[in-house]
Amino acid sequence: MVSNVTSYSRNGLRDWLLQRVSAYVLGLFLLFLLGVYITQRPMTYDVWHQVFSNLAVKLFTVLALLSMAVHAWIGVWTILTDYVKCTYARLSLEAVFMLALVIYVIWGVVILWSM
Amino acid sequence: MSNKRPVNLQLTTMKFPVTAIVSILHRVSGLVIFLLLPLLLWMLSSSLSSAESFDALQTCLSAPWVKLIVWGLLAAIVYHVFAGIRHLLMDFGVAEEKQSGKVGALITIILAVVAIVIVGMMIW
Repeated sequence: MVSNVTSYSRNGLRDWLLQRVSAYVLGLFLLFLLGVYITQRPMTYDVWHQVFSNLAVKLFTVLALLSMAVHAWIGVWTILTDYVKCTYARLSLEAVFMLALVIYVIWGVVILWSM
Repeated sequence: MSNKRPVNLQLTTMKFPVTAIVSILHRVSGLVIFLLLPLLLWMLSSSLSSAESFDALQTCLSAPWVKLIVWGLLAAIVYHVFAGIRHLLMDFGVAEEKQSGKVGALITIILAVVAIVIVGMMIW
């Protein structure tokens, strides 16, 4: 049996569900960005800044960042479990990837609230 | 355990059905997006922090080799989304039989290639 202590929710079915929920959130966020790209022309700094000044947009972006972290973690975990058979190497890579994701989320929040 | 089991790990002799190609590209594109996330966040930061950094980013993004990287990143995202939608449709029982699965995989590749070309035309 494959040890699953490092999987996101330690439960395959819950990982599957979270992968879907986060996918829908990310899909909606991409549609939102596409909508901004199509409707806000010509795109200037003022327009772009105005869009992200909206609290709802900030919260949606944070939600997308969190979804991205969960989604990427489940994906990366699956890939590493499949291809990296050496336990030390796998756990080291998992630690690096996981820390990177946490940093990305914090970085994103800092960007949004220091603009 | 018996050693007489057939072993074939010669990749050149293996046939990869279209479904396998769609699957491995989904993984590769996901990993590419993950690795380029710092670039995305850096662009978000530059575009929002000040009008000067917004202009500097626009200048940076007009360089040909930067356009190529951005196109690569957008291609990975576009492909990952299409292959992801295929998975979500399969969750609802669409195109998950052997034959329909192959057709679905082929449609995924065609739609993704068309979208990636359109994105490329928008960049250049």
